[in-house]
Amino acid sequence: MEIGLGHYLTVAAILFTLGIFGIFLNRKNVIIILMSVELILLAVNINLVAFSTFLGNLVGQVFALFVLTVAAAEAAIGLAILVIYFRNRGSISVEDINMMKG
Amino acid sequence: MQELSLSDLGLALPELFLACLGMVLLVYGAFRGARAAGEVAVIGSLALVLVGILVLTGSVERSTAFNGLFVVDAFAVFVKILILLGAVLGIVLAANYLKAEGIQRFEYVILLMFATLGMMMMVSANDLIALYIGLETQSLALYVMAAFHRDTLRSSEAGLKYFVLGALSSGMLLYGASMIYGYTGATGFAEIAQHLEATEGPAAVGLIVGIVFVAAGLAFKTSAVPFHMWTPDVYEGAPTPVTAFFSVAPKVAAIALFMRVLADPFGELVHDWRQIIIAISVGSMVLGAFAAINQTNIKRLMAYSSIGHVGYALIGFAAGTPEGISSVLVYMAIYLVTNVGTFAVIIAMRRRGRAVEDIADLAGLQHRQRGMTIALTIFMFSMAGIPPMAGFIGKLVVFGAAIDAGLTLLAIIGVLASVVSAFYYLRIVKVMWFDEAAEPFDKPADSSLGTVMFVSALLTVLFVAYPAPLIDSAAIAADALF
Repeated sequence: MEIGLGHYLTVAAILFTLGIFGIFLNRKNVIIILMSVELILLAVNINLVAFSTFLGNLVGQVFALFVLTVAAAEAAIGLAILVIYFRNRGSISVEDINMMKG
Repeated sequence: MQELSLSDLGLALPELFLACLGMVLLVYGAFRGARAAGEVAVIGSLALVLVGILVLTGSVERSTAFNGLFVVDAFAVFVKILILLGAVLGIVLAANYLKAEGIQRFEYVILLMFATLGMMMMVSANDLIALYIGLETQSLALYVMAAFHRDTLRSSEAGLKYFVLGALSSGMLLYGASMIYGYTGATGFAEIAQHLEATEGPAAVGLIVGIVFVAAGLAFKTSAVPFHMWTPDVYEGAPTPVTAFFSVAPKVAAIALFMRVLADPFGELVHDWRQIIIAISVGSMVLGAFAAINQTNIKRLMAYSSIGHVGYALIGFAAGTPEGISSVLVYMAIYLVTNVGTFAVIIAMRRRGRAVEDIADLAGLQHRQRGMTIALTIFMFSMAGIPPMAGFIGKLVVFGAAIDAGLTLLAIIGVLASVVSAFYYLRIVKVMWFDEAAEPFDKPADSSLGTVMFVSALLTVLFVAYPAPLIDSAAIAADALF
């Protein structure tokens, strides 16, 4: 079987959906949310690189490198905010993030 | 491919200046330590004013730099001035609050400067990659600002919520960008527009999916329904000056980016994306009107109010005409002034050294602080759209543009929603003027809050007498997109 563009896009779409569901259905741990965010960005990178190869155009790969860089910065800031949250709350369970409602 | 030239650098001079100065101040602050906070705030606000002058004296003719990644035109100049105004006021409003709360750190100003830099890059983006980098520069700084009061649970929770939903929205925007790249073979706005002009028949499904995802990501950043759920929590939990900044500058930048992305490369597909804008506009107006009614916390109320205002602004955008775009710019400018004034009042609500945030705390304010009462009354009338305040003119131009574009039903929904929202704005006025007097608020430490209130109130009242400069410059700015 020849692996074509459609296969790559399907894998990326599945990863993307998993990431979205990971954020909304997970009720346990904020770290899982951070992992889901990374999953979404990875799905985007697969998309970009696959398109880039099949279009014979390098811009997509340049874009993917930018996404990788920003993803690293985003993870750093997310973990830093999570640490100060844990210091105040003593828990990183998603169910406990309920100070403000309405 | 062309070489990098000096004229490229000249076009991006305001951004380059802001970036370099931000980094210099960061190093300076790191060496000086806690003592640097005051100095950095003064230098930072002066720098933002200087950047504003650089933006105004720069080119207003449409010109691109860095191989078409970066564009400067009248639209970008207009929006950048609004953003810089919001940023300067964000520093001015914060000075006393941060001191009183014991979180006077120089990083506040640095983060605000980098967020402003990101917003300016967003507004000048002419390529999906530049758009993404600008958006993230802004968002990463804003996440930290939301959690700035890091020893309180509410602020850190606001930061965490904002981060999670912001990261999700960036992911959705990126996924959309990757689809657009895949189906047009380009990331530059000009190339995408060319590609769309060249293709016959309806647009590819993949491209429409991409546009929908990008629109969803941008709707998150503008806090339009159905992507508004982070707004009330973040606005309530973040330190009040940060909320004031959030409610103006990033919102103006995100709406401007929204308009540039949809009107510039995807102008051909206006009939496809107009329905999305109409749907989120109606949703935002209705939610903003009804959800705010039961709020007791004034910051939360302002969050719902800002969701509603985004809905009104998007009416003009849905029109898709130059008049529509210019009406959005006018609306956002008026919104910025009124909102900053309102937040100046909210920041001044302190009792025995503690910030109070309930609407009930305003009871009988007219017996104690008459000036503040009159100012807040003016702002509330303006937000409700009662003539002759500036907010009325804003709503008038937006609804007018929608009717000219044949969107009468949308304009009617807008009028009805603003009647409902008048209820909660007028309730605040009633609480201040007619309720039993509560304890007075503390005297502000200096005159900065009073000055902001006074100037915003004056502008809100007098705008009706002399609206031409704003309306004319917004029209010129809007023409740059077409």
